[in-house]
Amino acid sequence: MSLADDLYRETILDHYHHPRNQGALEDATVKTEGVNPLCGDEVTLYLKVDSDAISDIKLEAHGCSINMASGSMMSEAVLGQSLEQAMSVAGVFKNMMLGGSQETALPEELEDLEALQGVRKYPVRIKCALLPWNTLLEAIETSRAKGEDHQE
Amino acid sequence: MKAFDLEQVRKDFPILSRAVNGKPLVYLDNAATAQKPACVIQALTNYYEHYNANIHRGIHTLSEEATSAYEAVRESIRDFIAAPCLRSVIFTRNATEAVNLVAHSWGRTNILPGDEIVLSAMEHHSNLVPWQLLASERGAKLVYLELTESGEIDLQQAASVIGARTKLVAVTMMSNVLGTIVPVAELAKLAHAAGALVLVDGAQGVPHLKTSVTELDCDFLVFSLHKMLGPTGVGVLWGRPELLEAMPPFLSGGDMIGSVWRDRVKFNELPYKFEAGTPNIADVIASGAAIDYLNRLGMDNVRAHEIELTKYALNRMKELDDALVYGPLDANKRGGVISFNFADVHPHDIGQILNESGIAIRAGHHCCQPLMRDLKVAGTARASFYIYNTKDEIDQFLEALQEADKVMGHVACR
Ligand SMILES: Cc1ncc(COP(=O)(O)O)c(C=O)c1O
Repeated sequence: MSLADDLYRETILDHYHHPRNQGALEDATVKTEGVNPLCGDEVTLYLKVDSDAISDIKLEAHGCSINMASGSMMSEAVLGQSLEQAMSVAGVFKNMMLGGSQETALPEELEDLEALQGVRKYPVRIKCALLPWNTLLEAIETSRAKGEDHQE
Repeated sequence: MKAFDLEQVRKDFPILSRAVNGKPLVYLDNAATAQKPACVIQALTNYYEHYNANIHRGIHTLSEEATSAYEAVRESIRDFIAAPCLRSVIFTRNATEAVNLVAHSWGRTNILPGDEIVLSAMEHHSNLVPWQLLASERGAKLVYLELTESGEIDLQQAASVIGARTKLVAVTMMSNVLGTIVPVAELAKLAHAAGALVLVDGAQGVPHLKTSVTELDCDFLVFSLHKMLGPTGVGVLWGRPELLEAMPPFLSGGDMIGSVWRDRVKFNELPYKFEAGTPNIADVIASGAAIDYLNRLGMDNVRAHEIELTKYALNRMKELDDALVYGPLDANKRGGVISFNFADVHPHDIGQILNESGIAIRAGHHCCQPLMRDLKVAGTARASFYIYNTKDEIDQFLEALQEADKVMGHVACR
């Protein structure tokens, strides 16, 4: 196996060179920052949440190929999803990355994410792949907390 | 004629014969830590096999042997940094601990509200965060020496910030990111004229440059032995004896005391006042073997070898269209540390691809986040050289960099 098969698969490089949903979101309802203090990767995640669903998502990311690609794929995977669904996708992804050596088959709509499985062989890089997802989970939590405030 | 026999030197380092990912190891991460020659490893096992004992106070043979071996290294270090007296050479765990010792002990008794501590914009977190904490505790202010375009100290700007309010100038001797060699003696002149002290972070400088505390004209010097062929776990603080005498202890407990009563204590004399508890005896002793090794090569030769490698590498890196190299471009003004970035490839990816060829470099912020912010990058890739590196290894490094450019670029190029 070579690095190009494991880590730098075409799908990953495509997302790295052409990251989707990049930039700031003017009318975001939540903005969450994530950093990886060890390597300095940074991501700012903007969500627009309408009636418990992600109606828009953007990221400002500065990181390595794995980090950028993971964030880009994530934005595609959760755009339009309910917060519940987005959390479940994040759960599936984290399981795939942290769940040992078994290859995980993902549902068709999450196929791109499978390309990141190779990263599991490079433990130090798993953190890079997880950063956008952990930031997403934090953003969802913040959004929900805000929602509860409003209801009170 | 070669200043030293490079082939022989390489044979002295057992680790250099290992393979990584099926390729011979090319170790270019020396600014993080250096590899250890067999004599250092042997000094460790020899101590544990033949004279392991706690030092000082023991009257049995093992303890006497261990004590005299430990104290002999203090003398080697004194000589290595041309320090006038032995009692101002203090062993710590690493350079970081030595900075903390000064920040706590000297800093808390001498830094007052409104005082200024001057740092360079390229300090390692180890010579930055302790001063930040001290400044916020004491109501003092941090002031920075800004860098020129080429990453050098601007002495004119330095003269404008070092003044009546300055209590301390704490600077690195050589940047672990840019390689820049800092004109410490010039800064010391400014500092002393203003009545301030100078602490030099020699973590990068001492392993690579012939060092004399009198020539540097500094008041404190800190460094770590693991970056100069020694084992991990040993650092040194050198300080002017009159300053150290006046400073309260940092850590307290056994060994640092003269006499203890139920309600009071009289501290031990220097250097023991600052060496509380059982020290890292084995690693200090093995550090002596590292110092002897460097002395046998001669620090002038070490420097000459590194200038040659750096010149060669900087030259060859010009072949890479997309590479941006940081720091001074004149190898005589810098150490063997080269930080760089590619336009479109993240340093992590460079590091990963190089590792595939058995080449160890470092990627990230190198514990210099403020400098990274100034450079407007999240991190850099960094190759750093030492006595056992060769031009052939630099060629392999270049080849792998070209490969990295290809692996990462191939989608974009299509
Ligand atoms: C310039 C500089 N200062 C301080 C340190 C800290 O050294 P240590 O971690 O051994 O305390 C380093 C090591 O990375 C360094 O490069």
